[in-house]
Amino acid sequence: MSTITAEARLASRATSRVGSSVRLRRYLSTIGTVVLSTAIIVWTLVPIYNMVMISLEPEGDVFTDHIFPRVWSIESFWGVLTQGHWYLEHFWHQFANSIYMGAMVTILTLVIGSLTSFSIGRMRIRYGWLVSNAALLTYVIPASFLAIPFYRIMQNYGMANNLWSVIAALVAFATPYAFFVLQEYGRSIPIEVDESARIDGASPGQIYLRIYLPLMAPALVAVGTYAMLLAWNEYLYQFLLLSSKSSMTVPVALAQFLSSDQSPWNFMMATAIIYALPPVAIYYAFRRRMTSGLTMGGVKG
Amino acid sequence: MSSVQEVFAARPGTLNRPRRWSWRRRPRGSELAWAVAFAVPYAWVFVAFVVYPVAYGLWMARDPALYRELLTNPLYARAVVNTALFVGLGVNVKMFLALLLSGFFMRRRWWIKALLPVYMLPWALPAIPAFVSFHWMLIGEQGLVDTFLSTVLGIPGPHWFGDRRLALGANIVAYIWKWMPFWTLTFFAARTAIPQEIYEAAEVDGASGIRRFTHVVLPLLGNLYLVCTLLSTLWTIGDFTTVSLVSEGAPAYSTDVLATLGFQYAFEAAQPSLGVAAVLSALPVLIPLAIVLMRAVQTREVQL
Repeated sequence: MSTITAEARLASRATSRVGSSVRLRRYLSTIGTVVLSTAIIVWTLVPIYNMVMISLEPEGDVFTDHIFPRVWSIESFWGVLTQGHWYLEHFWHQFANSIYMGAMVTILTLVIGSLTSFSIGRMRIRYGWLVSNAALLTYVIPASFLAIPFYRIMQNYGMANNLWSVIAALVAFATPYAFFVLQEYGRSIPIEVDESARIDGASPGQIYLRIYLPLMAPALVAVGTYAMLLAWNEYLYQFLLLSSKSSMTVPVALAQFLSSDQSPWNFMMATAIIYALPPVAIYYAFRRRMTSGLTMGGVKG
Repeated sequence: MSSVQEVFAARPGTLNRPRRWSWRRRPRGSELAWAVAFAVPYAWVFVAFVVYPVAYGLWMARDPALYRELLTNPLYARAVVNTALFVGLGVNVKMFLALLLSGFFMRRRWWIKALLPVYMLPWALPAIPAFVSFHWMLIGEQGLVDTFLSTVLGIPGPHWFGDRRLALGANIVAYIWKWMPFWTLTFFAARTAIPQEIYEAAEVDGASGIRRFTHVVLPLLGNLYLVCTLLSTLWTIGDFTTVSLVSEGAPAYSTDVLATLGFQYAFEAAQPSLGVAAVLSALPVLIPLAIVLMRAVQTREVQL
């Protein structure tokens, strides 16, 4: 009897010791998580905070010696929206150009990318591997290295100051990555799906439209978001190729502020923040699907 | 490790699925016409906007005298060193941190789930305002960082763009800030595709923490990590935006990389051929990287 209780007591002490060490480890891991989370938040938000702070400075004075603005003013945002500064005379036109460009790059990348990966990955066209390898060759010479010849070519074609010159360059640069993601994702869809549709008499066009595209939707969302953000982030080609009033996009307009030391920086940052809103909104709208679109093939890739 | 292999043996369909993902015979007749028609738009884009500019660039930079001129130019030699430092440090630090952080974001706590969208913000923000913001944060005594250092810690901040190493470091930090989220998301997506059973089996075997990372995650994600690093290296060698907006080449062109140097030759010094030669001189590095990338993309089987 007494031995049993002694053993039980020993056992219970042992479990409580194990319990406390588990609790200690869990406690430490929580602390580590909190510290790391805080570090990530600070790291991510400080440059963004700086942007917002500058945009809220009332006198366009970046060179202030304080961490919080003394007076908050939304004058700059109002100025951008009403095109109230001579730097921003054509803001809405430029914004429309940027949206047009982003939309065209996204649509063309999706159409061309999905058509080609259907042809290579699903129909297995002869020499298809050659096309996808050639596509990766696009990345041998980075886009910025091609900017100078591209600029010359576009001038020869009379395509300077034409939004389509930038759209063409960006589509050419975005499609190889689109192939990569689409082909990886396409492997998760059994080919029997296509084959049964063929036996039922569907043409390749119907299989592409009715079967391939719907099944590939998550990957298409991921590719589309990538292409749109690529177009929205791009700076060099727009800066080189678009300089006229009618073709200018927002990044080029922002670059104009940089050409002078006396620019109204609060207006520039307000413009930049407004320009940043559409991609942020699109990212948040699609972010769940985006992760699932990149998921497939991750382990296989 | 052994029970990890058992998981694979027990579930052959999980990773090593037989690869019958394409039509079993090559398309013929009208199907072939469809297949070719589907590939034509890309072929056209590729020829018109990739092959032609590349050929034109090579033709512009065909004169060997250009390369002799470059080799004798100290600015060029420094730009090569800067590019190597920028890409070597920037890409590797970024990818490694992204791989680690993707594991952090796999944790099941509500605030970590809420943190991911905040963390992704730099990627969604356009590059120009973000990099201009970095430039002003570090502009000197009036920048946010030096203001913080002097008012809160009471130490005078350095002149970030007055010193080559600090300016180079600023470029690298800004680059990592902007692009780490995208790769973290890629690795995060890949990690969610690893079947939970593998983790559980590893846990039963006593592999947790670092050993789980080295014995489970790395073998499974190794090839993806290689592909992403190579892709990112190729993209970053041509990075123009970061350096041209954050340090602007300061101090005195000493932090210029090849892309910004080529741009200056072409548009400020009005020597486009020299500019093209400066950037194309990176080809001996780029081509082997691309070949390794192509091979890595084709390696699909998971090796445990």
